[in-house]
Amino acid sequence: MTSLDSTQQSRAKSRPLPAFTREQWVSLILLAGLALAASVAHFAGEPYFVDLASRIAIIALAGVGLNLALGFGGLVSFGHAAFFGLGGYTVSVGAFHAFNMTPILGIDFLPAGSDQMVPLWITAMSVCGVVAWLIGRISLGTSGVYFIMITLAFAQMIYYFAVSWPAYGGEDGLPIYIRNQFYGLDTTNSLVFFGLSFALLLLALGFCQRIMAARFGAALTMARLNPVRLATAGVEPRPIKQVAFVISGMITGLAGALYADLNGFVGPSMLSWHQSGEIMVIVILGGVGRLCGPLAGAILIVLMETFLGGLTEHWQFFLGLIILMVVLFAPGGVMGLLAGRARHA
Amino acid sequence: MLSVNAIQTCYGPSQALFGVDLTVEAGELVALMGRNGMGKTTTIRTIFGLTPASAGEVQFAGQNITRLAPHRIARLGLGLVPEGRRCFTNLTVRENLLATANPGDWTQNRVEALFPRLAERRHQLALTLSGGEQQMLAIGRALMTNPRLLVLDEATEGLAPVIRQEIWKAIAILKEAGMSILLVDKTLNELLPRADRCLILEKGQSVWNGHPGELGDAVKDRYLGV
Repeated sequence: MTSLDSTQQSRAKSRPLPAFTREQWVSLILLAGLALAASVAHFAGEPYFVDLASRIAIIALAGVGLNLALGFGGLVSFGHAAFFGLGGYTVSVGAFHAFNMTPILGIDFLPAGSDQMVPLWITAMSVCGVVAWLIGRISLGTSGVYFIMITLAFAQMIYYFAVSWPAYGGEDGLPIYIRNQFYGLDTTNSLVFFGLSFALLLLALGFCQRIMAARFGAALTMARLNPVRLATAGVEPRPIKQVAFVISGMITGLAGALYADLNGFVGPSMLSWHQSGEIMVIVILGGVGRLCGPLAGAILIVLMETFLGGLTEHWQFFLGLIILMVVLFAPGGVMGLLAGRARHA
Repeated sequence: MLSVNAIQTCYGPSQALFGVDLTVEAGELVALMGRNGMGKTTTIRTIFGLTPASAGEVQFAGQNITRLAPHRIARLGLGLVPEGRRCFTNLTVRENLLATANPGDWTQNRVEALFPRLAERRHQLALTLSGGEQQMLAIGRALMTNPRLLVLDEATEGLAPVIRQEIWKAIAILKEAGMSILLVDKTLNELLPRADRCLILEKGQSVWNGHPGELGDAVKDRYLGV
């Protein structure tokens, strides 16, 4: 990474690049638009729309996670709901025990949960990281349709596990009675919660941008395009994909953690394959392998769900049509339409 | 340095190599020759563990590498410039060079000094390079892994004569710098004056091995079709 950085400086000297590419402009406008919309809705006294913006930010964050595996690593994971749901359950279980003042999982020497967001987020990401590492260990030996099926199978296992565990609500899910705390902030305020979600989205985007610009990103792209050629250069492709998969799961898990607090509830549906499909649709609609593609996809999906869903119950029929159009006519997704061809496609 | 002993290699049920022997000593430039389909690329694939040998042995720097995974073989110090100037066209020239680089004598600066065209195109996508420039990039990428033995498969094939000269010049510089090189090529008049030793393959077997000066017209006619 260091060698790249040093040449980056010489690059700035030798040939000043345009400050912003078109894709960066589009991304900036989407991000600013979302923040602006949330603020306007807040000051207009419409917390419902602020929550909608939070929902967009959180689902986009889940997509950013999947995009790292799917878009940059070429790992078509159909099981990312596992991380989304696990993140949610971690927060919910932590809050449940903090509320009841009982030890986690009923094991006496474990602490009595927490109602603080930061430790809950860290725990959620750690849990997801470990699970992603295990799933990656097994599934990365396969590719193509087998990889899709194995990731789906793992997610389904976790789903049925959650359904059949009555201590944490089983099929009914587990409510969070009081939204968790973030230091001195009033997290029940919609705008504050949006701010937290938005900040984490920005952090995740910045992180992905950094690692993709570093050697790791180039190696991950090589591992996706031609693992054999990468191997003949002395780099084993699998550990690179494994690391990408773990980071991907952790980011999606963080999104799940936020989602649980947004809804004040977590249920097995967060672990279901529909959820995996939704995250995948967001990434594909927005533009696979584009940094802010998931944000564009999340905006599109949530707006359609809300406004089209208000007009007709069958809004998913129109969603299907749109996905069809994107796949047939705009394979670059929304970002492809707005910002042109991807650099790493 | 590299010694290949009686390797036999199969693609599924069809056997491609029926006993190939080959050695490359330190600092040597060895030419691997033969007509199309005689097993040159398969020999290279076998050395790199991409199509492992079913019989025989490959040794590199005193170590048996016959059954090692490709990335482990490469890490021992074997650098491959594959056939057909294979760069990663969606990465920039710089990313292509640095992603698989190992610390050593070969740095980005030294590669760019060898191929000044790459320095000019440092921040361009490899996609936008000409065929010759892509070949230079492929060689540069292999050099950046700091190999002890560089293997070039058809390094000048399909390139304009001017570019071809540049590549040959670079190969000469590499040889002078003491790099061991195993080279597959079809342009005999360029290859023979530069090679220390030649090896000819015929139907998956080594049939001739010797100094290029000893390569008579009869041998050329019989095995190389010239």
